[in-house]
Amino acid sequence: MRNYSIFALAREALRGHRGWEQQWRSPEPKSRYDVIIIGGGGHGLGTAYYLAKEHGVRNIAVLEKGWLGGGNTGRNTTIIRSNYLYDESAALYDHAVKLWEGLAQELNYNVMYSPRGVMMLAHNVHDVQVFQRHIHANRLNGVDNEWLTPEEAKAYCPPLNIARNARYPVMGAALQRRGGTARHDAVAWGYARAASALGVDIIENCAVTGIRRGSNGAVEGVDTGRGFIAANKVGVVAAGHSSVLMEMAGVRMPLESYPLQALVSEPVKPVFPCVVMSNTVHAYISQSDKGELVIGAGTDQYTSYSQTGGLPVLTHTLDAICEMFPAFSRMRMLRSWGGIVDVTPDRSPILSKTPVAGLYVNCGWGTGGFKATPGSAHVFAHTIAQDAPHPINAPFNLERFRTGRLIDEAAAAAVAH
Amino acid sequence: MLLIACPYCGEERPELEFRHAGEAHVARPDPIAEIDDAAFEAFFFLRDNPKGLIWERWRHVHGCGRFFNAVRDTVSDRFITTYKAGEVRREVVRDDEGGYQLKGEER
Amino acid sequence: MSGAMRIAGKGRLVPARRVGFTFDGQAMQALCGDTLASALLANGVHLTGRSFKYHRPRGILSAGPEEPNALLDVSRGGNTHTPNVRAPVQEVFDGLVARSQNRWPSLTFDLGAINNFLSPLFPAGFYYKTFMWPKAAWTRFYEPVIRAAAGLGVAPKEPDPDRYANRYIHCDVLVIGAGLAGLLAAQAAAEAGADVILCDEQPAVGGALWHEIDTRIDGEEGFEWAQATAQALSGRDNVRVLTRTTAFSYQAQNMVALVERVSEHVAAPARDQPRERLWQVRAKQVIVATGAIERPMVFSGNDRPGVLLASAARTYLNHFGVAVGANVGVYTANDSAYAAAFDLADAGINILAIIDFRDEVNEGLRELAAQRGIDVLCGHCVTGTAGSLRISGMRARPRSGGPERKWKIDALITSSGWTPSVHLYSQSRGKVVWDAATQRFLPGPPVQDMVTIGACNGTDEAAALADEAMAAGKAAARLARAAHDGASSDTPSQSRPDLTVQTSRAGALLGAGSREVLKGGKAFVDFQNDVTAKDIELAVREGMRSIEHIKRFTTTGMATDQGKTSNLHGLAIAAEMLDRPIPEVGLTTFRHPYTPVSFGALVNHGRGPLFDPTRRTAMHLAHEQQGAEFEDVGQWKRPWYYPQAGEDMAAAVNRECRTVREVAGLFDASTLGKIEVVGPDAAKFLDLVYTNGWDKLSPGRCKYGIMLREDGFIFDDGVVGRIANDRFHVTTTTGGAPRVLHHMEDYLQTEYPDLRVWLTSTTDQWAVIAVQGPKARDIIAPFVEGIDISAEAMPHMSVREGQVCGVAARLFRVSFTGETGFEVNVPADYGKSVWDMLWTRARALGACCYGTETMHVLRAEKGYIIVGQDTDGTVTPGDAGLGWAVAKKKTDFVGIRGLKRPDLVADGRKQLVGLHSRDGRTVLEEGAQIVADPHQSVPMTMIGHVTSAYWSENCGGPIALALVENGRQRIGETLYVPMAEEVLAVEVTETVFFDRAGERING
Repeated sequence: MRNYSIFALAREALRGHRGWEQQWRSPEPKSRYDVIIIGGGGHGLGTAYYLAKEHGVRNIAVLEKGWLGGGNTGRNTTIIRSNYLYDESAALYDHAVKLWEGLAQELNYNVMYSPRGVMMLAHNVHDVQVFQRHIHANRLNGVDNEWLTPEEAKAYCPPLNIARNARYPVMGAALQRRGGTARHDAVAWGYARAASALGVDIIENCAVTGIRRGSNGAVEGVDTGRGFIAANKVGVVAAGHSSVLMEMAGVRMPLESYPLQALVSEPVKPVFPCVVMSNTVHAYISQSDKGELVIGAGTDQYTSYSQTGGLPVLTHTLDAICEMFPAFSRMRMLRSWGGIVDVTPDRSPILSKTPVAGLYVNCGWGTGGFKATPGSAHVFAHTIAQDAPHPINAPFNLERFRTGRLIDEAAAAAVAH
Repeated sequence: MLLIACPYCGEERPELEFRHAGEAHVARPDPIAEIDDAAFEAFFFLRDNPKGLIWERWRHVHGCGRFFNAVRDTVSDRFITTYKAGEVRREVVRDDEGGYQLKGEER
Repeated sequence: MSGAMRIAGKGRLVPARRVGFTFDGQAMQALCGDTLASALLANGVHLTGRSFKYHRPRGILSAGPEEPNALLDVSRGGNTHTPNVRAPVQEVFDGLVARSQNRWPSLTFDLGAINNFLSPLFPAGFYYKTFMWPKAAWTRFYEPVIRAAAGLGVAPKEPDPDRYANRYIHCDVLVIGAGLAGLLAAQAAAEAGADVILCDEQPAVGGALWHEIDTRIDGEEGFEWAQATAQALSGRDNVRVLTRTTAFSYQAQNMVALVERVSEHVAAPARDQPRERLWQVRAKQVIVATGAIERPMVFSGNDRPGVLLASAARTYLNHFGVAVGANVGVYTANDSAYAAAFDLADAGINILAIIDFRDEVNEGLRELAAQRGIDVLCGHCVTGTAGSLRISGMRARPRSGGPERKWKIDALITSSGWTPSVHLYSQSRGKVVWDAATQRFLPGPPVQDMVTIGACNGTDEAAALADEAMAAGKAAARLARAAHDGASSDTPSQSRPDLTVQTSRAGALLGAGSREVLKGGKAFVDFQNDVTAKDIELAVREGMRSIEHIKRFTTTGMATDQGKTSNLHGLAIAAEMLDRPIPEVGLTTFRHPYTPVSFGALVNHGRGPLFDPTRRTAMHLAHEQQGAEFEDVGQWKRPWYYPQAGEDMAAAVNRECRTVREVAGLFDASTLGKIEVVGPDAAKFLDLVYTNGWDKLSPGRCKYGIMLREDGFIFDDGVVGRIANDRFHVTTTTGGAPRVLHHMEDYLQTEYPDLRVWLTSTTDQWAVIAVQGPKARDIIAPFVEGIDISAEAMPHMSVREGQVCGVAARLFRVSFTGETGFEVNVPADYGKSVWDMLWTRARALGACCYGTETMHVLRAEKGYIIVGQDTDGTVTPGDAGLGWAVAKKKTDFVGIRGLKRPDLVADGRKQLVGLHSRDGRTVLEEGAQIVADPHQSVPMTMIGHVTSAYWSENCGGPIALALVENGRQRIGETLYVPMAEEVLAVEVTETVFFDRAGERING
């Protein structure tokens, strides 16, 4: 893998950038792999990378039905944070934040992790109680999260309206300074490039049409648009399509897939220094390095695979944005789009072995999977390689829906992820 | 915004009047107290979540207040039919043009 | 003269109607009807901005919404400045202030232009490859520099002073685009009796007729015919014509969102004029007639100010009477540019040469050029341009090689063909189809009740277009009427107008045509984002094979114009590099909006008080009069506390708490959800939805009930009174009312439809006044008629019907304070007057009003839980110490099976307990975490958290409730609450702090 640096860039500048090589190879699929990862988003590509890098598995394929990072990896609002309430969640998401901090160097690819702070607004007494509970739990878990008064919140984010007569006035905020954003496409491409360099075959435009199981019930391989490919271990990392793929192996999942919309404004000069989330009024906003305000909405109420949602959800989100940031009313929506998010009953992900030997599943991230990408990939690679979960993802198993040992962040906090 | 035909009101109304209520024809086991953990999991947590036709429930919450069933294509979000709660599951077949039609009412 | 480049006698504007505006501080004249672009061009200004990345000087490219370059900050004064306004879309009004963007210190001298010289270092995606060392510098240095350089305009800093409006509307036929096709379709649909909405983004109808002056319809000049036709349509009752109205989003089931610019073109909008209006149209049939957009040619130096689309030059001349230059070059691969050249030449403008990429051009055009003395060089390509702030020259040579020729020019008009505007068709979820013969994507089969016609459908020839449009209008009307009448009838046939059209759009070129052309300088594909043909080549070289990757890697098509003029070129260049056919490389999806839409228009009325409805109780005014501070609980405003002079919150709450227990207090409990459950099977139904049994409850008595979800966790709670054998008065938590009713309706309608039970929400029907405290009975006694309220006749947990203050009332003897208590339910209309009467007497007896904070403290003193505060969706009745409320003998209730799951019956669950601060004075923080060992290192093992904590004036110290692992076994143990600065020791206690014997409640 050719190293990326300012020097390489300068050298290439002198010869018209003709010397850059392809970032990842585009091989024909082999007839057999040790591990097949279904899904070429950040979580899937990262899983392949860590399998190769840390577990010595080299004969790996990532199968992607479309283009890399074309699902939720490339459709989310890129918020990164780890100030979750429960020990299990805090451990998982903070594992990811720690990996984010060194990811550009790890991959030699600038994923633009930008810890500019994530501020979550409290609008009523209940919010205050919930946020305080998070802050206390985070402190004892070693996760940074601090309380800001409305004035402090305004100082941190000047466009914020803290007028007391607002319909939902700001009563304070929880700030995680290590939280922030990253460049979503770069995460997919960076992992793809690094994994490809370690020998992982990344195969785009290769839809899986079946998962074959042997007479003993264990996984034998997958049928694809490009023929049968054998493997004794298959990891499904397919977000909104997880139910569809797991159904191919005869496993019914506790998942529902919903449309989730986001939008960007036209680009403007820096005006918004951090990430602000408000769960009470359903709005999530930051400004990209390109200058666009990046705004996330809530999910539509019905399940769908259409990658589009309804206008009322978007307009409601903008209502909230303009309530909190009245100066943005004259900004314009440039582009909006939808993703398909797979939601579990307890709103926590599933990173688990399955009842089928050799079949593993990483799904259920709902609206908040991007932030976990490196951590999720790292522990899922461990799970596949060792055929046993890493201690961090052990609680995020499939059995919890039978035992009742749920990790219900949403119920505990009325907080969307 | 979807347009949904309420089978009780006999009118198509905007989605804002309705509340989605999950997959349809998931019968509550009887007696529920006697079922095992796996059966409870299947009843309460596991879902088909199909890509394609879904049998689902809606409630005309800001209208007549009734729950009803719908068959919708989750890829196009097009409704094939809606029918009252308690009616038997409506079967749907693909027509020649790749669309869907109610079984028994094919052209 | 309103600008030196205005040609007398040309255009459709009235020379006498002048307006003044400023551009970068310089005062200029324009004519009424000018766009900002035409006004600037009339004043000889091409340079209007700097590009995003290289800060290259850029000028006006187009005459429409596809404009990538001429983006200005526009203001009418006050806080109305708006960034990134497209100059060809903004109409000039008197007093308009326009400023250029993304330059410093000035437009003509911009230091950012250094990027242009450093551009070899900044190819597509360069930022992924660098800025990684040293690690900390990304956050501290590189990113701030990149961010400061990015962005175009400057966001407003002050709240928007303008208003916006919203309309929902239904129609039979929505026609989008009022060019020739749209007008004929709308006319046909209207004559067939359909309700029609016709919208167009331009200030006037006409579409391509704005520039195509050679079209004659029924003997009239095309544009004039269009105006007359639109006027006739507007006069009909069944037609609404909306100009300045852009259809920007095609949603499911034929809902199309339009935005109308109502007063953006007016110097002094009337007070009742919103700035913009959102139209959400549900159409039975939609006719998309959105036309086509011309593409520029891709060649080195194609971005200099003075390079325009040929059709734009025609529009500026024929509509606005403005010449884009005095010495104009033409570079084309398309016949339509000839028409532009001829119009310019006929207006006296010097056309130096037509460079035609194609090897041959039809003889007729050659002849027409020759008549005007214009050189036509076929099989040639432009190899470069000269000039810095304005184009000053062009070079061209035969494509097959040969000597280069140079021309001195001050404008260059180009056309590589027309891209059908399939955006809305694509948004409707249709799949576009590649038409190899004409080298363009066209709409495939419709997937909604819609049809595409005219140029956006690839119908070029005028007669065919007219036939298609009229047939579409007629068919749409028939289908729409069939939808509502169930029948269709014949409509009068319409005859095609007599059409004469000269303009031909034959010929097209995608991409640069040849790599040779690109040597020698930057050939831009996406102007605004500074994406060159080489950038696209680089993306392909780096392994980007999908057009989506190429787009994201290079950012082509992602600027504010969303690639309207550039996407096809980018795709073609990528396809050539990949050596694959264009349709295999793919086309990125068209996302909404079609053009940028202001947040204000989308939000419209949803601001301030209308952002979310505010619910106020019947007694709200009384609370305001008594100086209450309010708390938001869901949509409700609830009195939080009632400070008296000089009191802060703590003092007010302490006083209220003391007064209630010593005397009495009045509390507005109206927000509690109330559901009337009626019918012969009502008790049976409650047995199913509550954990406890209801059959044995006598009429006139009340019971506390817990409701679970099917998974066994607490969902809601409340007191239920049995009014009669077949009638229950159910109360819910304030926030829970709608979801409880939904939950109950769900079970009633779908699981137990045979039960004869009816549910009615009565939350807003009853005003509820809680009177609590030792003197509660004294307070209400004089006002109660028909009810014996003595302790013997009406014990705790009973309900009676009678009259209070002369009003029919339901009187509950219940208590959430542990004191003697009544809750007076009266019809909401009487709430305020009953409150006032009770309050007069209460005050005389020394009682107080108390708010939610005091209510919380008093209930915590008694260990009563608040669902949602002391429980959180993971708490069972057993965890909350409410195991007694779960009937052991029932064989069914919602949650019965969930409660039996392994983890819900396991040891070590968190249980509700009390906490006593060891120091006797520190009020714990709600949400604070509890540990057994305060000396452990982080991450600590947390065994619980504080759910409620208050200063209790009545107990003389702090009290708290907490959920703690195995809490009930730990009573008496000391645990620790590690705070940021100190560790607090707490003793685990019972949950009841006051009147443990519970005697006061029966007083």
